[in-house]
Amino acid sequence: MGTEVIVAENLKKYFGAFTAVNDVSFHILPGSCFGILGPNGAGKTTTIKMIYGFSPLSSGSLKVFGMDIKTKAREIKSRIGVCQQENTLDPDLTVLQNFAVFARYFNIPADTAGKRALEMLQFLALEQKKQARVAELSGGMVRRLVIARALINKPDLLILDEPTTGLDPQSRHQVWERIERLKAQGMTILLTTHYMDEAARLCDSLLIMDKGKILAQGSPRSLISEYIGSHIIEIAERSEGIAVFVRENNWRCEDLGHRLIIYAQNSHEIYREIDLKFPEENSLLRSATLEDVFLKLTGRELKE
Amino acid sequence: MKIDITGRFIAVWQRNLTVYRESWKINFMPPLLEPLFYLAAFGIGFSGLIGSVRYGDMEVSYVSFIAPALIAVNIMNNSFFENTFASFVRMYYQKTFDAMMATPLTVAEIITGEIVWGATKAAIATTIMMIVIGFFGLLNYTAAPLIILIAFLGGMAFGSTGMIFTASVKTIELFNLPVFLFITPMFLFSGTFFPLANLPWWAQYLALALPLTHLTNVLRGLNFGQYNADVFAGICYLLLFNAVVFPVALRKMKRRLIK
Repeated sequence: MGTEVIVAENLKKYFGAFTAVNDVSFHILPGSCFGILGPNGAGKTTTIKMIYGFSPLSSGSLKVFGMDIKTKAREIKSRIGVCQQENTLDPDLTVLQNFAVFARYFNIPADTAGKRALEMLQFLALEQKKQARVAELSGGMVRRLVIARALINKPDLLILDEPTTGLDPQSRHQVWERIERLKAQGMTILLTTHYMDEAARLCDSLLIMDKGKILAQGSPRSLISEYIGSHIIEIAERSEGIAVFVRENNWRCEDLGHRLIIYAQNSHEIYREIDLKFPEENSLLRSATLEDVFLKLTGRELKE
Repeated sequence: MKIDITGRFIAVWQRNLTVYRESWKINFMPPLLEPLFYLAAFGIGFSGLIGSVRYGDMEVSYVSFIAPALIAVNIMNNSFFENTFASFVRMYYQKTFDAMMATPLTVAEIITGEIVWGATKAAIATTIMMIVIGFFGLLNYTAAPLIILIAFLGGMAFGSTGMIFTASVKTIELFNLPVFLFITPMFLFSGTFFPLANLPWWAQYLALALPLTHLTNVLRGLNFGQYNADVFAGICYLLLFNAVVFPVALRKMKRRLIK
């Protein structure tokens, strides 16, 4: 391929007077894992729905595999695998029947589909469930099955909309491990999530959005160093004295009342200084994470 | 409207067939039992009161008068209920259409597959029902293949109509409205259980606007071997009705699903 898998320029989506996606642009390189992060209602799902041809753009331009989504939706969709947020499996059918039915939507011959289904079930550790009815499966199995089904057409691009929301830790790790293996095989992956550990682990590049707009874009590491620095200092149950001291020094900080967070490039020195001056204070120096970036950019108040 | 339907709609139809075959024993029940109940009730209980009915220049028994009407009602119910309640469950609760829309299928193909499936289900039920009616000696076997074709045509008409309601209702309970405003009156007043001529003139005209009247006319004509003007007019009406409601169903579903 060589060229970009997705080129999105100035995507906008209106629902009546409401702007769900406002001027979003990004590129996705082949073989990379691209994440769209944001709180609930940020416009993540709406953005990817435009990519898999579910939702027409209000304005902007969107090219997938070099083709325009407005004119070549069917060609594009035949090369994409989509794992939607909701369980869209057929509850009345068995696992294998679900594959057979779904493969026909792609015009995949029955014998090819059958072989492919078994491979995918094995890949997602579901082969012992192939005759089970979907209604009998646990939440984690359902999610893995939806991912397996999304792979039936050997997609060049896999779209995962919140693939691990609502899963227990074991299931999440299992899903992550499979996504990493697909990535290692060279598959391009686009995922949305509001779990920062998930994004940090899986994504080569990501964008953070809120209220339909892009807040930041880059690799997890570059975003952390750009917005937070390598480390942050957290002081729990902070005293009035230390708050005054931090303010006097003009350090970049966030005062949450019961908790004080200091962002600085020279955090090690500051930490030593604080520790010397206020040894009884409960202060902690730790590596900055994507979650710090996310909360800093999208704010700490509840979104819904 | 841009035409974006290819043969891929068959895949949607096959999906519904796959589910249907999973529970075929239950699905075969209603078309087997319903005519038995009706023929027993009307044949044994009612025909003593009525005796014979005039059809054209023939005197026919009451059960043979209502037998083709039972098929017509069964076609209406099968396709209308399939493309209202069942389609709504797939669209709203099971998110089946959402999954399909992420594949190369277009919305027009999904909805075409659904409506053609509704019509197919009506044709399957008609076939089962004809076997039962045949046991009572009330079926004209030479007309049977044509009756199945008409069942499909009628199924498309009622299925498309149902799909228009599916595109419009917010909750599944709201289907009760078209059922008692549209389905029940048709069931009673479409020349099904008594000749239209028994109605006042204005009600006869009103009945002629209803699709079930024409479906009943066609099936009754075919079953009595009378290829008369009513049969011809009825087929024309059903073709025309389809030509109107089918594109409307597609357009309304597109508006509902594509956001």
